[in-house]
Amino acid sequence: MSGSAPILETRGLTRFFGPVRVTGDVDFTLHPGERRAIIGPNGAGKTTFVNLLSGRLAPSSGQVFLGGENVTAMSEARRIKLGLGRTFQITSLFPNLSVRKNVFLAVAEHEGVAWNLFRSAASHRRQFDRVDELLDRVGLSDVAEVPAQDLPYGRQRLLEIAVTLALRPRVLLLDEPAAGIPTSESHIILSILDTLPKDIAVLLIDHDMDLVFRFAQRITVLVQGSVMVEGTPAEIAANERVRKIYLGESDHAAA
Amino acid sequence: MTDRSNAAVLVLPQAGTVGARKILPMLLWVAALAIPTFAPGYTPLASQIVVMILFALSLDLLVGFTGIVTLGHAALFGAGAYTAGIMALRLTNDPLITALSGMAVAALVGLVTGSCMLRTKGLAFLVLSLAAAFMLHELANMATSVTGGDDGLQGVSFAPLLGVFEFDFRGQTAFYYSLACLFAAFLLVRRVVNSPFGWSLRGIRENDGRMRAIGCPIYRRRLAAYVISSALAGLAGALQAQITQFVALRSLSLELSGDVLIMLILGGAGRLYGAFVGVPLFMFAQDLLAKEDPANWYLGQGVILLVMTLFVPGGVLGLVERVRRSLGRGGRR
Repeated sequence: MSGSAPILETRGLTRFFGPVRVTGDVDFTLHPGERRAIIGPNGAGKTTFVNLLSGRLAPSSGQVFLGGENVTAMSEARRIKLGLGRTFQITSLFPNLSVRKNVFLAVAEHEGVAWNLFRSAASHRRQFDRVDELLDRVGLSDVAEVPAQDLPYGRQRLLEIAVTLALRPRVLLLDEPAAGIPTSESHIILSILDTLPKDIAVLLIDHDMDLVFRFAQRITVLVQGSVMVEGTPAEIAANERVRKIYLGESDHAAA
Repeated sequence: MTDRSNAAVLVLPQAGTVGARKILPMLLWVAALAIPTFAPGYTPLASQIVVMILFALSLDLLVGFTGIVTLGHAALFGAGAYTAGIMALRLTNDPLITALSGMAVAALVGLVTGSCMLRTKGLAFLVLSLAAAFMLHELANMATSVTGGDDGLQGVSFAPLLGVFEFDFRGQTAFYYSLACLFAAFLLVRRVVNSPFGWSLRGIRENDGRMRAIGCPIYRRRLAAYVISSALAGLAGALQAQITQFVALRSLSLELSGDVLIMLILGGAGRLYGAFVGVPLFMFAQDLLAKEDPANWYLGQGVILLVMTLFVPGGVLGLVERVRRSLGRGGRR
Protein backbone atom coordinates (compact mmCIF):
# COMPACT_ATOMS: atom_id res chain seq x y z
CA MET A 1 0.00 0.00 0.00
CA SER A 2 2.84 2.37 0.76
CA GLY A 3 4.05 1.78 -2.78
CA SER A 4 1.29 3.81 -4.42
CA ALA A 5 0.99 7.59 -4.26
CA PRO A 6 -1.66 8.79 -1.79
CA ILE A 7 -5.01 9.70 -3.30
CA LEU A 8 -5.81 12.04 -0.43
CA GLU A 9 -3.32 13.81 1.76
CA THR A 10 -3.27 16.64 4.28
CA ARG A 11 -0.25 18.52 5.53
CA GLY A 12 -0.39 20.49 8.75
CA LEU A 13 -4.16 20.90 8.40
CA THR A 14 -5.41 23.29 11.09
CA ARG A 15 -8.72 24.98 11.71
CA PHE A 16 -9.73 27.42 14.42
CA PHE A 17 -13.26 28.37 15.39
CA GLY A 18 -12.51 31.67 17.10
CA PRO A 19 -9.86 30.86 19.68
CA VAL A 20 -10.68 27.15 19.69
CA ARG A 21 -8.43 24.87 17.66
CA VAL A 22 -10.81 22.21 16.31
CA THR A 23 -8.33 20.64 13.95
CA GLY A 24 -4.69 20.78 14.87
CA ASP A 25 -1.78 20.18 12.53
CA VAL A 26 -3.13 16.98 10.99
CA ASP A 27 -0.89 15.06 8.56
CA PHE A 28 -3.03 12.41 7.01
CA THR A 29 -2.64 10.14 3.99
CA LEU A 30 -5.09 7.84 2.30
CA HIS A 31 -4.10 5.49 -0.51
CA PRO A 32 -6.18 4.32 -3.49
CA GLY A 33 -8.46 1.47 -2.49
CA GLU A 34 -7.75 1.86 1.20
CA ARG A 35 -10.46 1.21 3.78
CA ARG A 36 -9.83 3.64 6.60
CA ALA A 37 -11.84 4.72 9.61
CA ILE A 38 -11.50 7.73 11.84
CA ILE A 39 -12.70 7.39 15.39
CA GLY A 40 -12.56 9.71 18.32
CA PRO A 41 -14.70 10.86 21.25
CA ASN A 42 -17.48 13.41 20.75
CA GLY A 43 -16.06 16.81 19.93
CA ALA A 44 -12.81 15.35 18.62
CA GLY A 45 -13.33 17.32 15.42
CA LYS A 46 -14.15 14.41 13.12
CA THR A 47 -16.87 16.15 11.15
CA THR A 48 -14.81 19.35 10.96
CA PHE A 49 -11.99 17.27 9.50
CA VAL A 50 -14.34 15.84 6.86
CA ASN A 51 -15.61 19.34 6.09
CA LEU A 52 -12.04 20.51 5.58
CA LEU A 53 -11.37 17.60 3.25
CA SER A 54 -14.54 18.12 1.23
CA GLY A 55 -14.08 21.87 1.00
CA ARG A 56 -17.15 22.86 2.94
CA LEU A 57 -14.79 24.59 5.39
CA ALA A 58 -11.55 26.38 4.58
CA PRO A 59 -8.57 25.56 6.81
CA SER A 60 -6.90 28.24 8.92
CA SER A 61 -3.62 26.79 7.70
CA GLY A 62 -2.26 23.67 6.04
CA GLN A 63 -3.05 22.01 2.72
CA VAL A 64 -5.23 19.32 1.20
CA PHE A 65 -4.03 17.26 -1.78
CA LEU A 66 -6.30 15.14 -3.94
CA GLY A 67 -4.54 12.79 -6.32
CA GLY A 68 -1.37 14.81 -5.81
CA GLU A 69 -3.08 18.08 -6.72
CA ASN A 70 -3.30 20.88 -4.20
CA VAL A 71 -7.04 21.47 -3.78
CA THR A 72 -6.86 23.64 -0.65
CA ALA A 73 -8.24 26.71 -2.44
CA MET A 74 -10.76 24.76 -4.50
CA SER A 75 -14.51 24.89 -3.96
CA GLU A 76 -16.51 21.91 -2.86
CA ALA A 77 -17.92 21.59 -6.39
CA ARG A 78 -14.44 21.47 -7.99
CA ARG A 79 -13.30 18.79 -5.56
CA ILE A 80 -16.35 16.70 -6.34
CA LYS A 81 -15.50 16.91 -10.04
CA LEU A 82 -12.01 15.68 -9.13
CA GLY A 83 -13.48 12.63 -7.46
CA LEU A 84 -14.15 13.47 -3.83
CA GLY A 85 -17.57 12.25 -2.76
CA ARG A 86 -19.16 12.50 0.65
CA THR A 87 -22.24 11.59 2.57
CA PHE A 88 -23.59 13.61 5.44
CA GLN A 89 -23.91 12.84 9.12
CA ILE A 90 -27.44 14.16 9.01
CA THR A 91 -29.31 12.70 6.06
CA SER A 92 -29.33 15.18 3.23
CA LEU A 93 -31.65 14.20 0.41
CA PHE A 94 -34.39 15.70 -1.75
CA PRO A 95 -37.31 14.69 0.48
CA ASN A 96 -40.22 15.22 -1.92
CA LEU A 97 -38.54 13.71 -4.96
CA SER A 98 -38.64 10.02 -5.74
CA VAL A 99 -35.71 7.76 -4.94
CA ARG A 100 -34.95 7.51 -8.63
CA LYS A 101 -35.00 11.26 -9.12
CA ASN A 102 -32.68 11.71 -6.16
CA VAL A 103 -30.07 9.54 -7.84
CA PHE A 104 -30.78 10.92 -11.30
CA LEU A 105 -29.96 14.45 -10.17
CA ALA A 106 -26.49 13.29 -9.16
CA VAL A 107 -25.94 11.24 -12.31
CA ALA A 108 -27.10 14.18 -14.45
CA GLU A 109 -24.68 16.57 -12.77
CA HIS A 110 -21.84 14.12 -13.04
CA GLU A 111 -22.41 13.27 -16.68
CA GLY A 112 -22.90 16.88 -17.64
CA VAL A 113 -26.50 16.65 -18.87
CA ALA A 114 -27.96 18.84 -16.14
CA TRP A 115 -27.83 21.90 -18.38
CA ASN A 116 -30.09 20.17 -20.88
CA LEU A 117 -33.09 22.50 -21.07
CA PHE A 118 -35.16 21.11 -23.86
CA ARG A 119 -34.86 17.34 -23.76
CA SER A 120 -37.09 15.61 -21.29
CA ALA A 121 -35.30 14.06 -18.34
CA ALA A 122 -37.25 10.85 -18.79
CA SER A 123 -35.69 10.30 -22.22
CA HIS A 124 -32.17 10.14 -20.79
CA ARG A 125 -32.05 6.37 -20.99
CA ARG A 126 -28.34 5.93 -20.50
CA GLN A 127 -28.41 7.97 -17.31
CA PHE A 128 -31.42 6.10 -16.02
CA ASP A 129 -29.71 2.79 -16.68
CA ARG A 130 -26.97 3.97 -14.40
CA VAL A 131 -29.52 5.14 -11.82
CA ASP A 132 -31.13 1.71 -11.80
CA GLU A 133 -27.77 -0.01 -11.52
CA LEU A 134 -26.92 2.12 -8.47
CA LEU A 135 -30.29 1.50 -6.85
CA ASP A 136 -29.76 -2.18 -7.42
CA ARG A 137 -26.37 -2.03 -5.73
CA VAL A 138 -27.76 -0.46 -2.56
CA GLY A 139 -30.91 -2.58 -2.68
CA LEU A 140 -33.45 0.19 -3.25
CA SER A 141 -34.89 -0.92 -6.59
CA ASP A 142 -38.18 -1.89 -4.97
CA VAL A 143 -38.82 1.65 -3.74
CA ALA A 144 -37.53 3.56 -6.77
CA GLU A 145 -40.72 5.59 -7.21
CA VAL A 146 -41.29 6.36 -3.53
CA PRO A 147 -40.54 9.90 -2.32
CA ALA A 148 -37.29 9.88 -0.36
CA GLN A 149 -38.99 11.18 2.77
CA ASP A 150 -41.27 8.14 2.92
CA LEU A 151 -38.35 5.73 3.25
CA PRO A 152 -37.45 4.40 6.67
CA TYR A 153 -34.40 6.16 8.00
CA GLY A 154 -32.01 3.30 7.42
CA ARG A 155 -32.92 3.11 3.76
CA GLN A 156 -32.51 6.87 3.45
CA ARG A 157 -28.91 6.32 4.51
CA LEU A 158 -28.53 3.81 1.68
CA LEU A 159 -30.01 6.29 -0.76
CA GLU A 160 -27.52 8.82 0.48
CA ILE A 161 -24.72 6.42 -0.41
CA ALA A 162 -26.23 5.77 -3.86
CA VAL A 163 -26.41 9.51 -4.56
CA THR A 164 -22.76 9.88 -3.65
CA LEU A 165 -21.67 6.85 -5.67
CA ALA A 166 -23.40 8.36 -8.69
CA LEU A 167 -20.56 10.87 -8.80
CA ARG A 168 -18.02 8.06 -9.36
CA PRO A 169 -15.78 9.16 -6.54
CA ARG A 170 -12.16 8.10 -6.22
CA VAL A 171 -12.40 8.92 -2.55
CA LEU A 172 -15.56 8.37 -0.57
CA LEU A 173 -16.03 10.20 2.72
CA LEU A 174 -18.72 8.57 4.81
CA ASP A 175 -19.73 10.73 7.74
CA GLU A 176 -21.53 8.41 10.14
CA PRO A 177 -23.38 6.38 7.49
CA ALA A 178 -24.88 4.21 10.21
CA ALA A 179 -26.08 7.09 12.40
CA GLY A 180 -29.66 6.47 13.43
CA ILE A 181 -29.60 2.87 12.25
CA PRO A 182 -30.01 0.19 14.88
CA THR A 183 -26.68 -1.57 15.48
CA SER A 184 -28.35 -4.80 14.51
CA GLU A 185 -28.82 -3.44 10.99
CA SER A 186 -25.49 -1.74 10.44
CA HIS A 187 -24.27 -4.88 8.70
CA ILE A 188 -26.36 -3.76 5.68
CA ILE A 189 -24.14 -0.72 5.34
CA LEU A 190 -21.13 -2.94 5.70
CA SER A 191 -22.26 -5.33 3.01
CA ILE A 192 -22.79 -2.42 0.63
CA LEU A 193 -19.38 -1.03 1.40
CA ASP A 194 -18.04 -4.47 0.55
CA THR A 195 -19.50 -4.28 -2.94
CA LEU A 196 -17.75 -0.98 -3.74
CA PRO A 197 -15.14 -1.10 -6.49
CA LYS A 198 -11.81 -1.95 -4.90
CA ASP A 199 -10.05 1.11 -6.29
CA ILE A 200 -12.24 3.57 -4.39
CA ALA A 201 -10.59 4.78 -1.21
CA VAL A 202 -13.14 4.92 1.60
CA LEU A 203 -12.84 7.03 4.73
CA LEU A 204 -15.43 6.09 7.31
CA ILE A 205 -16.36 8.05 10.38
CA ASP A 206 -18.63 6.34 12.82
CA HIS A 207 -19.41 5.72 16.45
CA ASP A 208 -20.39 2.16 15.79
CA MET A 209 -17.22 0.35 16.90
CA ASP A 210 -18.47 -2.93 15.57
CA LEU A 211 -18.86 -1.45 12.10
CA VAL A 212 -15.55 0.39 12.25
CA PHE A 213 -13.51 -2.60 13.36
CA ARG A 214 -15.05 -4.92 10.82
CA PHE A 215 -14.69 -2.45 7.98
CA ALA A 216 -11.35 -0.72 8.36
CA GLN A 217 -7.91 -1.91 7.37
CA ARG A 218 -6.43 0.98 9.31
CA ILE A 219 -7.87 3.25 11.95
CA THR A 220 -6.93 6.82 12.80
CA VAL A 221 -7.78 8.05 16.28
CA LEU A 222 -8.55 11.74 16.52
CA VAL A 223 -8.50 13.41 19.93
CA GLN A 224 -9.01 17.13 20.41
CA GLY A 225 -8.49 17.75 16.72
CA SER A 226 -5.14 15.97 16.46
CA VAL A 227 -4.11 12.50 15.43
CA MET A 228 -3.33 10.55 18.59
CA VAL A 229 -2.47 7.25 16.99
CA GLU A 230 -2.93 5.35 13.76
CA GLY A 231 -2.76 1.62 13.17
CA THR A 232 -4.47 -1.62 12.28
CA PRO A 233 -7.68 -2.46 14.12
CA ALA A 234 -5.75 -4.95 16.25
CA GLU A 235 -3.16 -2.33 17.21
CA ILE A 236 -5.85 0.22 18.01
CA ALA A 237 -7.82 -2.24 20.08
CA ALA A 238 -4.69 -3.07 22.05
CA ASN A 239 -3.63 0.54 22.58
CA GLU A 240 -3.90 1.52 26.24
CA ARG A 241 -4.43 5.24 25.62
CA VAL A 242 -7.18 4.57 23.11
CA ARG A 243 -8.92 2.22 25.50
CA LYS A 244 -8.75 4.81 28.23
CA ILE A 245 -9.85 7.83 26.22
CA TYR A 246 -12.22 6.42 23.72
CA LEU A 247 -13.26 2.83 24.13
CA GLY A 248 -13.79 3.23 27.85
CA GLU A 249 -16.06 6.17 27.15
CA SER A 250 -18.10 4.29 24.61
CA ASP A 251 -18.56 1.47 27.13
CA HIS A 252 -20.14 4.06 29.41
CA ALA A 253 -22.34 5.26 26.63
CA ALA A 254 -23.43 1.74 25.88
CA ALA A 255 -24.19 0.98 29.53
CA MET B 1 -43.24 -5.05 2.92
CA THR B 2 -44.63 -1.76 4.22
CA ASP B 3 -42.50 0.03 1.65
CA ARG B 4 -44.10 -1.86 -1.15
CA SER B 5 -47.63 -1.08 -0.07
CA ASN B 6 -46.68 2.56 0.42
CA ALA B 7 -45.37 2.65 -3.10
CA ALA B 8 -48.60 1.24 -4.40
CA VAL B 9 -50.65 3.90 -2.65
CA LEU B 10 -48.49 6.65 -4.05
CA VAL B 11 -48.23 5.42 -7.60
CA LEU B 12 -51.49 3.76 -8.48
CA PRO B 13 -54.02 6.58 -7.96
CA GLN B 14 -51.97 8.76 -10.29
CA ALA B 15 -51.66 6.05 -12.88
CA GLY B 16 -55.42 5.64 -12.80
CA THR B 17 -56.06 9.30 -13.56
CA VAL B 18 -53.50 9.85 -16.28
CA GLY B 19 -56.37 10.14 -18.74
CA ALA B 20 -58.13 12.86 -16.75
CA ARG B 21 -54.85 14.63 -16.23
CA LYS B 22 -54.27 14.93 -19.93
CA ILE B 23 -57.80 15.49 -21.16
CA LEU B 24 -58.86 18.13 -18.66
CA PRO B 25 -56.13 20.62 -19.62
CA MET B 26 -56.85 20.07 -23.29
CA LEU B 27 -60.53 20.88 -22.72
CA LEU B 28 -59.42 23.99 -20.89
CA TRP B 29 -57.43 25.22 -23.86
CA VAL B 30 -60.23 24.46 -26.31
CA ALA B 31 -62.79 26.18 -24.09
CA ALA B 32 -60.53 29.23 -23.95
CA LEU B 33 -60.48 29.38 -27.76
CA ALA B 34 -64.26 29.57 -27.78
CA ILE B 35 -64.57 32.58 -25.47
CA PRO B 36 -64.72 35.30 -28.17
CA THR B 37 -67.41 33.34 -30.02
CA PHE B 38 -69.64 32.44 -27.11
CA ALA B 39 -68.95 35.22 -24.63
CA PRO B 40 -67.76 38.17 -26.72
CA GLY B 41 -68.47 40.59 -23.88
CA TYR B 42 -65.87 38.89 -21.76
CA THR B 43 -63.11 38.88 -24.37
CA PRO B 44 -61.23 41.91 -23.02
CA LEU B 45 -61.35 40.55 -19.45
CA ALA B 46 -60.28 37.15 -20.75
CA SER B 47 -57.28 38.75 -22.45
CA GLN B 48 -56.33 40.38 -19.16
CA ILE B 49 -56.58 37.03 -17.45
CA VAL B 50 -54.46 35.34 -20.12
CA VAL B 51 -51.74 37.94 -19.71
CA MET B 52 -51.79 37.57 -15.93
CA ILE B 53 -51.64 33.78 -16.25
CA LEU B 54 -48.53 34.17 -18.37
CA PHE B 55 -47.06 36.48 -15.74
CA ALA B 56 -47.93 34.08 -12.92
CA LEU B 57 -46.55 31.15 -14.92
CA SER B 58 -43.22 32.95 -15.24
CA LEU B 59 -43.24 33.48 -11.49
CA ASP B 60 -44.01 29.82 -10.91
CA LEU B 61 -40.70 28.90 -12.49
CA LEU B 62 -39.04 30.80 -9.63
CA VAL B 63 -41.37 30.32 -6.67
CA GLY B 64 -42.73 26.88 -7.39
CA PHE B 65 -39.94 25.11 -9.18
CA THR B 66 -36.76 26.75 -7.92
CA GLY B 67 -37.87 27.95 -4.48
CA ILE B 68 -36.95 31.59 -5.13
CA VAL B 69 -39.63 33.77 -3.54
CA THR B 70 -39.57 37.29 -4.96
CA LEU B 71 -41.58 40.42 -4.27
CA GLY B 72 -40.16 42.27 -7.23
CA HIS B 73 -41.42 40.31 -10.18
CA ALA B 74 -43.35 43.34 -11.46
CA ALA B 75 -40.01 44.98 -12.25
CA LEU B 76 -39.63 42.51 -15.12
CA PHE B 77 -43.25 42.76 -16.22
CA GLY B 78 -42.88 46.54 -16.20
CA ALA B 79 -39.61 46.38 -18.09
CA GLY B 80 -41.36 44.47 -20.86
CA ALA B 81 -44.40 46.78 -20.83
CA TYR B 82 -42.36 50.00 -20.96
CA THR B 83 -40.04 48.61 -23.63
CA ALA B 84 -42.99 47.78 -25.88
CA GLY B 85 -44.71 51.09 -25.11
CA ILE B 86 -41.67 53.31 -25.62
CA MET B 87 -40.66 51.51 -28.78
CA ALA B 88 -44.16 51.91 -30.20
CA LEU B 89 -44.04 55.66 -29.62
CA ARG B 90 -40.53 56.19 -30.91
CA LEU B 91 -39.25 53.36 -33.08
CA THR B 92 -41.62 50.78 -34.43
CA ASN B 93 -45.07 49.63 -33.44
CA ASP B 94 -44.85 46.16 -34.88
CA PRO B 95 -46.36 43.87 -32.22
CA LEU B 96 -43.95 40.97 -32.64
CA ILE B 97 -40.80 43.07 -32.73
CA THR B 98 -41.85 45.06 -29.68
CA ALA B 99 -42.88 41.91 -27.82
CA LEU B 100 -39.56 40.23 -28.52
CA SER B 101 -37.75 43.40 -27.50
CA GLY B 102 -39.77 43.51 -24.29
CA MET B 103 -38.66 39.95 -23.58
CA ALA B 104 -35.05 40.75 -24.35
CA VAL B 105 -34.95 43.87 -22.18
CA ALA B 106 -36.66 42.08 -19.30
CA ALA B 107 -34.21 39.20 -19.64
CA LEU B 108 -31.35 41.66 -19.52
CA VAL B 109 -32.80 43.41 -16.45
CA GLY B 110 -33.22 39.96 -14.90
CA LEU B 111 -29.65 39.04 -15.73
CA VAL B 112 -28.23 42.23 -14.22
CA THR B 113 -30.38 42.38 -11.08
CA GLY B 114 -30.37 38.60 -10.69
CA SER B 115 -26.61 38.29 -10.85
CA CYS B 116 -26.41 40.61 -7.83
CA MET B 117 -29.43 39.41 -5.87
CA LEU B 118 -29.01 35.66 -6.35
CA ARG B 119 -25.85 35.69 -4.28
CA THR B 120 -28.32 35.74 -1.39
CA LYS B 121 -31.33 33.60 -0.69
CA GLY B 122 -34.48 33.47 1.42
CA LEU B 123 -35.37 36.63 3.31
CA ALA B 124 -32.32 38.57 2.10
CA PHE B 125 -33.30 37.84 -1.49
CA LEU B 126 -36.90 38.81 -0.82
CA VAL B 127 -35.82 42.21 0.51
CA LEU B 128 -33.38 42.80 -2.35
CA SER B 129 -36.01 41.92 -4.95
CA LEU B 130 -38.33 44.42 -3.30
CA ALA B 131 -35.62 47.09 -3.30
CA ALA B 132 -34.73 46.52 -6.96
CA ALA B 133 -38.37 46.83 -7.97
CA PHE B 134 -38.79 50.01 -5.92
CA MET B 135 -35.80 51.54 -7.63
CA LEU B 136 -37.09 50.71 -11.09
CA HIS B 137 -40.53 52.03 -10.13
CA GLU B 138 -39.03 55.30 -8.92
CA LEU B 139 -36.85 55.58 -12.00
CA ALA B 140 -39.91 55.26 -14.23
CA ASN B 141 -41.75 57.76 -12.06
CA MET B 142 -39.03 60.38 -12.41
CA ALA B 143 -38.15 59.94 -16.07
CA THR B 144 -41.40 61.58 -17.15
CA SER B 145 -40.17 62.57 -20.60
CA VAL B 146 -39.66 58.94 -21.54
CA THR B 147 -42.19 57.09 -19.41
CA GLY B 148 -44.90 59.64 -18.84
CA GLY B 149 -44.24 59.38 -15.10
CA ASP B 150 -47.31 58.99 -12.97
CA ASP B 151 -49.63 59.35 -15.97
CA GLY B 152 -48.11 56.36 -17.68
CA LEU B 153 -47.66 55.96 -21.41
CA GLN B 154 -50.89 56.87 -23.12
CA GLY B 155 -52.09 56.37 -26.65
CA VAL B 156 -49.73 53.57 -27.47
CA SER B 157 -51.06 51.97 -30.60
CA PHE B 158 -49.71 49.00 -32.42
CA ALA B 159 -49.68 48.00 -36.06
CA PRO B 160 -51.75 45.02 -37.19
CA LEU B 161 -50.38 41.68 -36.11
CA LEU B 162 -48.31 40.15 -38.93
CA GLY B 163 -49.51 43.10 -40.99
CA VAL B 164 -52.97 41.51 -41.23
CA PHE B 165 -54.89 41.30 -37.97
CA GLU B 166 -55.84 44.67 -36.54
CA PHE B 167 -56.20 45.13 -32.81
CA ASP B 168 -59.98 45.64 -33.01
CA PHE B 169 -62.09 47.29 -30.32
CA ARG B 170 -63.82 44.00 -29.48
CA GLY B 171 -60.43 42.63 -28.56
CA GLN B 172 -60.55 39.42 -30.59
CA THR B 173 -57.10 39.78 -32.11
CA ALA B 174 -55.69 40.77 -28.75
CA PHE B 175 -57.22 37.70 -27.16
CA TYR B 176 -56.08 35.11 -29.71
CA TYR B 177 -52.67 36.72 -29.88
CA SER B 178 -52.13 36.64 -26.12
CA LEU B 179 -53.58 33.14 -25.88
CA ALA B 180 -51.13 31.97 -28.55
CA CYS B 181 -48.26 33.56 -26.63
CA LEU B 182 -49.44 31.93 -23.41
CA PHE B 183 -49.64 28.55 -25.11
CA ALA B 184 -46.13 28.88 -26.51
CA ALA B 185 -44.83 29.97 -23.12
CA PHE B 186 -46.64 27.10 -21.45
CA LEU B 187 -45.07 24.56 -23.83
CA LEU B 188 -41.68 26.11 -23.15
CA VAL B 189 -42.09 26.04 -19.39
CA ARG B 190 -43.39 22.48 -19.50
CA ARG B 191 -40.37 21.43 -21.53
CA VAL B 192 -38.01 23.18 -19.18
CA VAL B 193 -39.47 21.82 -15.94
CA ASN B 194 -39.40 18.28 -17.31
CA SER B 195 -35.80 18.54 -18.50
CA PRO B 196 -32.79 17.58 -16.40
CA PHE B 197 -32.30 21.33 -15.93
CA GLY B 198 -35.83 21.66 -14.53
CA TRP B 199 -35.31 18.69 -12.24
CA SER B 200 -32.14 20.25 -10.95
CA LEU B 201 -34.12 23.40 -10.12
CA ARG B 202 -36.41 21.25 -8.00
CA GLY B 203 -33.34 19.76 -6.38
CA ILE B 204 -32.20 23.26 -5.51
CA ARG B 205 -35.62 24.05 -4.08
CA GLU B 206 -35.62 20.90 -1.99
CA ASN B 207 -32.05 21.01 -0.70
CA ASP B 208 -29.53 23.41 -2.16
CA GLY B 209 -26.75 22.21 0.11
CA ARG B 210 -27.10 18.70 -1.28
CA MET B 211 -27.20 20.01 -4.85
CA ARG B 212 -23.91 21.77 -4.21
CA ALA B 213 -22.52 18.54 -2.81
CA ILE B 214 -23.34 16.65 -6.00
CA GLY B 215 -21.49 19.26 -8.00
CA CYS B 216 -24.28 21.55 -9.16
CA PRO B 217 -23.29 25.16 -9.86
CA ILE B 218 -26.24 26.51 -7.86
CA TYR B 219 -25.68 30.18 -8.58
CA ARG B 220 -25.53 29.81 -12.36
CA ARG B 221 -28.44 27.38 -12.38
CA ARG B 222 -30.63 29.76 -10.38
CA LEU B 223 -29.55 32.70 -12.52
CA ALA B 224 -30.51 30.81 -15.68
CA ALA B 225 -33.96 30.12 -14.22
CA TYR B 226 -34.23 33.77 -13.24
CA VAL B 227 -33.43 35.00 -16.75
CA ILE B 228 -35.92 32.63 -18.39
CA SER B 229 -38.58 33.72 -15.91
CA SER B 230 -37.71 37.37 -16.54
CA ALA B 231 -38.08 37.00 -20.29
CA LEU B 232 -41.54 35.46 -19.88
CA ALA B 233 -42.57 38.15 -17.40
CA GLY B 234 -41.34 40.71 -19.94
CA LEU B 235 -43.46 39.09 -22.63
CA ALA B 236 -46.49 39.33 -20.35
CA GLY B 237 -45.73 43.01 -19.78
CA ALA B 238 -45.34 43.71 -23.50
CA LEU B 239 -48.64 41.95 -24.23
CA GLN B 240 -50.31 44.03 -21.55
CA ALA B 241 -49.08 47.21 -23.25
CA GLN B 242 -50.22 45.98 -26.63
CA ILE B 243 -53.71 44.84 -25.72
CA THR B 244 -54.55 47.80 -23.45
CA GLN B 245 -52.63 50.38 -25.54
CA PHE B 246 -51.46 51.85 -22.29
CA VAL B 247 -48.59 51.40 -19.86
CA ALA B 248 -49.35 52.36 -16.28
CA LEU B 249 -46.80 52.98 -13.55
CA ARG B 250 -48.67 50.26 -11.70
CA SER B 251 -47.04 47.69 -13.98
CA LEU B 252 -43.86 48.17 -11.93
CA SER B 253 -45.53 48.32 -8.53
CA LEU B 254 -45.22 46.26 -5.39
CA GLU B 255 -48.98 45.86 -5.56
CA LEU B 256 -48.66 43.95 -8.83
CA SER B 257 -45.76 41.85 -7.51
CA GLY B 258 -47.83 40.96 -4.49
CA ASP B 259 -50.98 40.25 -6.48
CA VAL B 260 -49.29 37.85 -8.87
CA LEU B 261 -47.66 36.03 -5.97
CA ILE B 262 -51.03 35.63 -4.26
CA MET B 263 -52.64 34.42 -7.48
CA LEU B 264 -49.97 31.80 -7.91
CA ILE B 265 -50.15 30.61 -4.32
CA LEU B 266 -53.94 30.54 -4.56
CA GLY B 267 -53.80 28.22 -7.57
CA GLY B 268 -50.86 26.17 -6.36
CA ALA B 269 -47.20 26.93 -6.92
CA GLY B 270 -44.94 24.34 -8.49
CA ARG B 271 -47.75 22.77 -10.51
CA LEU B 272 -47.72 24.07 -14.09
CA TYR B 273 -51.48 24.71 -13.97
CA GLY B 274 -51.43 26.60 -10.67
CA ALA B 275 -51.34 29.91 -12.51
CA PHE B 276 -54.24 28.83 -14.72
CA VAL B 277 -56.43 28.20 -11.68
CA GLY B 278 -55.26 30.95 -9.36
CA VAL B 279 -55.39 33.91 -11.72
CA PRO B 280 -59.05 33.57 -12.81
CA LEU B 281 -60.15 32.82 -9.26
CA PHE B 282 -58.37 35.88 -7.97
CA MET B 283 -59.59 38.16 -10.75
CA PHE B 284 -63.21 37.03 -10.51
CA ALA B 285 -63.15 37.44 -6.75
CA GLN B 286 -61.65 40.88 -7.19
CA ASP B 287 -64.30 41.79 -9.75
CA LEU B 288 -67.07 40.56 -7.48
CA LEU B 289 -65.88 42.10 -4.23
CA ALA B 290 -64.60 45.40 -5.58
CA LYS B 291 -67.88 46.17 -7.32
CA GLU B 292 -69.46 47.34 -4.09
CA ASP B 293 -66.51 48.98 -2.43
CA PRO B 294 -62.79 48.62 -3.13
CA ALA B 295 -62.23 48.25 0.60
CA ASN B 296 -64.19 44.99 0.47
CA TRP B 297 -61.65 43.63 -1.90
CA TYR B 298 -58.66 44.33 0.32
CA LEU B 299 -60.48 42.67 3.19
CA GLY B 300 -61.38 39.73 0.94
CA GLN B 301 -57.81 39.48 -0.27
CA GLY B 302 -56.62 39.35 3.32
CA VAL B 303 -59.06 36.59 4.18
CA ILE B 304 -58.06 34.56 1.09
CA LEU B 305 -54.40 34.89 2.02
CA LEU B 306 -55.03 33.82 5.61
CA VAL B 307 -57.12 30.83 4.65
CA MET B 308 -54.74 29.69 1.93
CA THR B 309 -51.63 29.96 4.07
CA LEU B 310 -53.15 28.33 7.13
CA PHE B 311 -55.33 25.63 5.63
CA VAL B 312 -54.47 25.08 1.97
CA PRO B 313 -50.70 25.32 1.67
CA GLY B 314 -50.58 23.70 -1.80
CA GLY B 315 -53.19 26.02 -3.27
CA VAL B 316 -56.39 24.86 -4.97
CA LEU B 317 -54.54 22.27 -7.07
CA GLY B 318 -52.77 20.99 -3.97
CA LEU B 319 -56.14 20.59 -2.31
CA VAL B 320 -57.53 18.71 -5.30
CA GLU B 321 -54.54 16.39 -5.27
CA ARG B 322 -54.91 15.68 -1.56
CA VAL B 323 -58.60 14.97 -1.83
CA ARG B 324 -58.01 12.64 -4.74
CA ARG B 325 -55.20 10.89 -2.96
CA SER B 326 -57.27 10.30 0.15
CA LEU B 327 -60.16 9.05 -1.97
CA GLY B 328 -57.80 6.66 -3.70
CA ARG B 329 -56.55 5.46 -0.36
CA GLY B 330 -60.08 5.09 0.99
CA GLY B 331 -61.14 3.05 -2.01
CA ARG B 332 -58.23 0.72 -1.56
CA ARG B 333 -59.12 -0.23 2.01
